[in-house]
Formats: sequence, structure tokens, C-alpha cells
Amino acid sequence: MPDRFETLTSRTFVIDQEDIDTDQIIPARFLTTTSREGLGDLAFHDWRYDGDGKPLDTVSLNALDTQTHRILVAGRNFGCGSSREHAPWALHDFGFRAVISSEIADIFRSNAAKNGLLPILAPAEAHAWLMENPDVEITVDLASQRVDLGNGPSFDFKIEPFARHCLMEGTDPLGFLTSNEDAISAYETQTA
Amino acid sequence: MSPDSGRPRSLFEKVWDAHLVKAETAETPAMLYVDLHLVHEVTSPQAFSVLAERGLKVRRPDRTLATIDHSTPTLDFAPGETPPYATEAARKQVETLQANVAEHGITLHGWDSDYRGVVHVIGPELGATQPGMTIVCGDSHTATHGAFGALAFGIGTTEVGHVLATQCLLQRKPKSMRITLEGPAAPGVSAKDIILAIIAEIGVDGGTGCVIEYAGEAIEALDMEGRMTVCNMSIEAGARAGMIAADEKTFAWLKGRERVPAEGPGWDEQVAQWSHFRSDPGAIFDHEVVIDATRIRPMVTWGTAPDTGIAVDAPVPDARSASHAKALGYMQFEAGKPVSGAKVDQVFIGSCTNSRITDLRAAAAIMSGRKVAPGVRALVVPGSVAVRKQAEAEGLDRIFTEAGAEWRQPGCSMCIAMNGDKGEPGQLIVSTSNRNFEGRQGPGARTVLASPATAAAAAIAGHVIDPATLMEPAHA
Repeated sequence: MPDRFETLTSRTFVIDQEDIDTDQIIPARFLTTTSREGLGDLAFHDWRYDGDGKPLDTVSLNALDTQTHRILVAGRNFGCGSSREHAPWALHDFGFRAVISSEIADIFRSNAAKNGLLPILAPAEAHAWLMENPDVEITVDLASQRVDLGNGPSFDFKIEPFARHCLMEGTDPLGFLTSNEDAISAYETQTA
Repeated sequence: MSPDSGRPRSLFEKVWDAHLVKAETAETPAMLYVDLHLVHEVTSPQAFSVLAERGLKVRRPDRTLATIDHSTPTLDFAPGETPPYATEAARKQVETLQANVAEHGITLHGWDSDYRGVVHVIGPELGATQPGMTIVCGDSHTATHGAFGALAFGIGTTEVGHVLATQCLLQRKPKSMRITLEGPAAPGVSAKDIILAIIAEIGVDGGTGCVIEYAGEAIEALDMEGRMTVCNMSIEAGARAGMIAADEKTFAWLKGRERVPAEGPGWDEQVAQWSHFRSDPGAIFDHEVVIDATRIRPMVTWGTAPDTGIAVDAPVPDARSASHAKALGYMQFEAGKPVSGAKVDQVFIGSCTNSRITDLRAAAAIMSGRKVAPGVRALVVPGSVAVRKQAEAEGLDRIFTEAGAEWRQPGCSMCIAMNGDKGEPGQLIVSTSNRNFEGRQGPGARTVLASPATAAAAAIAGHVIDPATLMEPAHA
């Protein structure tokens, strides 16, 4: 169960690339796991390691202090591609707690919000500012749905209300579904 | 209220409305009932673990259907032998699914089943996929089933757990988009070329937040396999789902399959009910896109996103962004020059996009009486045991093997490259699959997406080539 998400003040890490797909976030050959734990080492694996599995010194992700950098900023259409929930599992385990882009793929966005990784859609101006000003400290407030960019163009963001509720409570939606057992049974009876 | 009363509704709205367990409110998404839940080994183990942790059972094992496809080897092995898994983890993953389905009473089309195969191939083959249904699977290519007029979503593993436990999915109602293909497609232009052209037109995120309905003359003209190819790649335009109205072709294709009513009054009643699942005249869509199908040519991709499709002999465009420039560098293609002529190392014919019998026939028509070029490895991987048997009954396997291609057991294989079938760094692979992302088919491997005919032609020529040049029989 993810921790409760209320506010987050942290520095940003920028990946200046569009259409970062889930095969970049975690390559498919690592999906033979039956666990959701410990996937952080595999996040962006093929960018971070050479062919022999040695970390590349030249890749800034390998030197990133994720205690201070918990917010990933990426180019448009982040998380496109597969439905693998391993992608947000890997990013969360790596240390990220929020991802900001001007567009985030549907399934990734849905998966991220269920795993303590807040997906934030930024308006074009704020997104451009974040891309051009890497490594800045910003504050995300989920209750007020606002990102404070300090000197930059702070902005309000939208998030599906139930996803927000679950993130703030640190709960999974399964409880809501099981509490509607009567409605499910009624539907099954009516359509049988 | 009868399905056709009131204001005109789209196909999507009809299926959506018929499955509402609970309507959405400001606070909570809609609860949508799921008619069919397809399960495979990769995205289900963590979901079954959650059920175990919380002491929950699978609510409707009868509406849940499992297969093994992603992590499974496509190499032959003798009955009774352990399958030649690429890794210990792959073996453990398959065995985990076997244990989970046994515990929960779910039907598994496993190693001993005549219906084992890629999850999006076997659902329709069994007749488990039907018009008007809601279908989910922990797999983004679930949209394939929309070819039958079903509403089919790819979902994450947490949602797999939700559906296992409650048979329901929490969803905000997506927006709707209709893509109309006007005019007929030219002879020799396949469903794959059509969908690559559509994605190139609307972009890799053009369908984000939407359910797409494909319509128009060129879509209606497609056989069911072709319609599956089109719907399959809806996610490659970012869409939640893709759908095509059910028609006489749909019903004829489903007739006689295991999970549909036998011919007779039951079948007639079923067809009458299915016939409602088409958009009413005057139905409103949030977005409308019209594409001239007559201009579509055999397509290939030049980049590392599926929206980089161009005609096989058209020049690669100038890079529009830093990401495009990076993609050109990775692919080792040059702006201004066509993809045709590029030297090929491997050819992969298979995947949930293009591994059905008509796909194999198209590839075999090109390969018949010809040889795979020296230095090229060609892999033909049927989508299911049933497709494999059908192809063998038609002699297609001999055409492939006599040409020098490898004829494999069914599975996802080199589309996702997690079972040992893969490309090597720097290799160029012409692939009938759906994704050309960096490293998708192996670290450093370069993928050109194409139709079965174009892939087969590349195998014969040894370089990317317009398949029209090989469409005349070899010994005519």
C-alpha cells in the first residue's frame, strides 16, 4: 500500500525527450518477475547500464540523489506504450514520487496514481519552464491541486477526484469496489 | 429502454451504457461490468498475490480465461519434456499462473491445449470475444477484440486484481473519436498499412483519452483478421480502445466457434442481439477524422515511435524535433532517403497484430518458390496452436521452411523479446509487430514495422522493398 500523498517539496530531474515509452522505463525482458518489489534498479535500465550491466558514469540518472530529487519532469506523452504496471513500480522504487509532463499516456497515468506516483499534467508554459530550468526545488500540493514553481509560472493541475482521494488516503480502490457488492450482484441478476 | 430508443448513440456508448453497474459521480468513476477477463502470465501474478493477501476469491472464474504467451519459448519440445524456457524466471512465472488458475478454478489454455496462443488471437478463435461485450486484459493490445464490436480495454495489474475480485473496472467515460476511411484501399494495401497510415496521420498521442471507432469503405472491406490488426494498434495512437461495428462478416466468422450458440434459434437470437452493436445514424463523436484510403500505400516506419510510418519508397522526413533526430540516429536512417533499400538482418512475422492465418497466407504468397536472402534470419511465429495447425493443413509451413525461414510454435516471441527470441544490438528487423521502440526487440535492435507481405518481401530481397515487386508468383 503506498504512503499517503499530501505535499511534496523536492528538486526536479528533467529528461528532455518526448514519447518516453514503457520499454524505456523498464525493458520487457525484466517482466518475468512475479513480484512488484525492488524494480528501481531496472528503471531506465538500458539508458543506465552498458551491455555488460555496468552502470554508465556518463548518465546523470546514475548519480541522482533521489532523496532530494523526487520529481521527474519529462517531454510530452510520457509513459506511452504498454500497460505494464512495472513502469510506475520501477519509478517509485527508484525514488520518484511525482512525474510532470504536458501529456501522460492514459494507462500509465492510471497505473501511476494507484502506486503513490502522482502524475501531473502541466500547462504548456509551465512545462516549458520546467524543461528549461532543470534541478529546481518545487512544491506539489495535492489537496489544493497546485504546483508552486517559485520564480516560475506556478499552476493548478487536474486529477481524477477518486485517484486523488486514494493517493491522499494511501488506499487502493479495491475497497470501494468490494463495498458495492450489492450493486454488482443486482447487475448480475438483472443481466443473467 | 430498448437499445435503439432515444437519442442516437455510438457503438461505444451502447456497450458502455449496457455495462454500468454504477454510474459515475463527481467523486467516483463509473463501475463497469466486465464480461470477459483475459489473463496471461506476465501481468497477473502480483494481482493474484493481492487477492491472497486480502483473502479474496476470483468472483467469476467462468468469465475469466487464461493463456500463456509472453514468456513462453517458441522452440519445439517433446511431449513430457520441460519447455525450453529462456530463463528460470520465465519458467517460474508460467508455473505461478498454472498454480493460480488451479487454485481459483480458471480455465487455462496451457501447454496441453489446442487453443493455446497469443491472448488476443485465442479470444476470438474460441468465440469468447463477441459483439457488445466488455473485455479487459492486463495488456495494452486488448483493443484487438474491438474488431468484433466489443469494448476492450488494456488495464494495469492493480485493475487485474479489481476485476478478478469484483468483475468490475473503475473508469471515467472516455471521449469518442470516429476515424472514417473514405474510398477503397488499393490492391496490395493491407490492414497493417491502413493502421500505420492512420497512426502517422493522428500521431502517437492522437487518440489519448479516446475510444476510436473505425468506419468507412476501406474498413468494411477488411476481413475479420484485418479488422483485428487495425483495432490492435489503437493503443499505438494512445487510444483507450478501438472498435468496429459488427456486421455479417463478424457473425459469419464467429459461427460454429466453441463459445457461441450452435446454429439454430439460439444462434439467430444471438445474431439479432449482436446486430444492435453499431453506431446509430446521427450519433455524435467528440472527434471526427476522415482519411482518404485510396492514397494509402505499403507502409514502413523509419523511427522509434509507431507514428513514423511512411510509404515504403517515400523519403524519410526531416527531423521535426530533438526526439526525431535522436530516433533517426538510432535507426541509422537519413532524412531525404527512403527506408527501402536498407539492409535487413532479421524478419519477424508474428505477434497479436499479424499472426493470424490470413497474415501467414500473405507472407507465404511472397515466399512461395523463393529463398530467404543469405545472411537474413526469418522467423514465422503463428499466433496460436489453431493457426499453426491451419497453416500446416494448407502447406504454408513447407513454403516457409523451404524458403529457409524458421517455423515456430505460437507465442508473442520477438514482438516483446522476453522469451529468448530477439534481435542483436544494431540489427535491423523488419517486423509485423506493433512497436518500434528503442530496444523493444532486444537492446540496440532497430525495428521497422511493416505488413506481413512487406516483411516477407524484405526476407527474400535482403533489404526493405516494396512488396508489389514480389507479388507475382515466383514460377509464373
